[in-house]
Amino acid sequence: MDKNLFEYLLRLGDDSLILGHRLSEWCGHGPILEEDIALTNIALDLIGQTNSILEYAGKVEGAGRNADSLAFLRFDKDYKNCLLVEQPNGDFGVTILRQFFFDAYRVPLFTMLQNSSDEQLAAIAEKSLKETRYHLKHSSEWVIRLGDGTDESHARIQSALDDLWRYTDELFFSDETDADLKARNIIPDAAAVKTEWQKTVQAVLTEATLSVPTNNWKFEGGRKGLHSEHLGYILAELQFMQRAYPNMEW
Amino acid sequence: MKELDITELERKFQEKIDNEIRIEPNDWMPDAYRKTLIRQISQHAHSEVVGMLPEGNWITRAPNLRRKAVLLAKVQDEAGHGLYLYSAVETLGADREETIDDLHTGKAKYSSIFNYPTLTWADMGAIGWLVDGAAIMNQVPLCRCSYGPYARAMVRVCKEESFHQRQGFEIMTKLAQGTPEQKAMAQDALNRFWWPALMMFGPNDADSPHTAQSMKWKIKRHTNDELRQQFVDITVPQAEMIGLTVPDPDLKWNAETGHYEFGEINWDEFWQVVSGNGPCNKDRVDARRKAKEDGSWVREAANAYAEKRKARKAS
Ligand SMILES: [Fe+2]
Ligand SMILES: [Fe+2]
Repeated sequence: MDKNLFEYLLRLGDDSLILGHRLSEWCGHGPILEEDIALTNIALDLIGQTNSILEYAGKVEGAGRNADSLAFLRFDKDYKNCLLVEQPNGDFGVTILRQFFFDAYRVPLFTMLQNSSDEQLAAIAEKSLKETRYHLKHSSEWVIRLGDGTDESHARIQSALDDLWRYTDELFFSDETDADLKARNIIPDAAAVKTEWQKTVQAVLTEATLSVPTNNWKFEGGRKGLHSEHLGYILAELQFMQRAYPNMEW
Repeated sequence: MKELDITELERKFQEKIDNEIRIEPNDWMPDAYRKTLIRQISQHAHSEVVGMLPEGNWITRAPNLRRKAVLLAKVQDEAGHGLYLYSAVETLGADREETIDDLHTGKAKYSSIFNYPTLTWADMGAIGWLVDGAAIMNQVPLCRCSYGPYARAMVRVCKEESFHQRQGFEIMTKLAQGTPEQKAMAQDALNRFWWPALMMFGPNDADSPHTAQSMKWKIKRHTNDELRQQFVDITVPQAEMIGLTVPDPDLKWNAETGHYEFGEINWDEFWQVVSGNGPCNKDRVDARRKAKEDGSWVREAANAYAEKRKARKAS
């Protein structure tokens, strides 16, 4: 088994899974009906990505697990999503800013992954890039609207920014797994992705009249399976049916 | 306007309807016709939107990725239906936000079925199969409704409803063929949703005072009891096919009429739920009101930003 590739696919797939889960929590509760539709649509795209990424992870692992068994039947420490995506929805500003940070990372990542020496991963990236570009457009526009909207919206999204900034560095987490995959041209250099991310974030935050907090303390741990308290509750819901009714088909 | 003119306008209006000519937003129409449509279409829109809640309740707990995606897609469709319908209400001169406020104050109604809780995964099957199934019975004739914008909205909606009904029936089929626990879950959902689904067609014809006028205006094409009978006739064999029992001891096939006979609906329960005493009325309306209140700063920001942009462009 290609252990490093498997590990990387879990990180990629779990990001989509957990963020898709968080966005589905909005369903029926959005600030306007159009946003109910938009957030559900993004959740749907993310669940679709999860399916193809984790299905491939199961193949790479070669132990008979498929997308569903990986998505629903691991223990908390085996989930490798970043901490950002498991953070609670908060108000619409928090949700949108979390989405923006994530989309601004995913667009350059998928763009570069299209050139992966791993054909399957390149194909997944190519397919996911289109929808992710649309997600980024949507989240950027909202960050700008809220930042440059009313005093209240500005204060709210600035406070979301102050709270979420500490989770952004983990998007560019890089360890020996990444180093090996990078050496084999399977994944791009995290620093190259970060440069693109910074450009987008800088441009959008400027237009939104928002400022980056001076507290630069960084949180990480998700990529190693060390999560925040929130993940346990997500898994309790996500896994409920599979745990309560084991070995059944739905 | 003189009384004579109005009589003449009404005569011409009815003539158009009798000749199956669609009424469009700018056409003259009697006040009562407009009011009836505003009430009916906004109730319909509210039902789509409130209906997102009981199903939204299970998205994060869906048992696998495929079911989760299908449920997300379905609930997203319902939001879309709400949008088309609110637009149709607006063509009648009603204000979308005002009609939504009527929902939040309890003045406007929505389909009583959504005041029942979704307790298990099988309820996602029961809702798709029975509730969307009943909605199709109601909505297919509405594609020929005399009011153009409503009829056209229904054409788009009905296409999606049949996908909703199929996915629900598929969930139920899978459960009914599954383990004893799964089959019990499916039967329990059918037990809880069967009678509320029959109530979706509204009171018996004898107790439905608006039906005659609505049929004359061709807003309605069939009576409540006709549609309910059609639903029972189609749905009972589906239940039998997957080995579930319809919870009605009086249910029997009448070979002479070619219809099923079924037991008396608990109309007390129906009126209680309609008037606000269903198990989830308060939860549903509270959730919708909270969504609107929590979102007010977002809507204000979007408006303020749009204004700023306009001003910047002008200068
Ligand atoms: Fe619908
Ligand atoms: Fe539906």
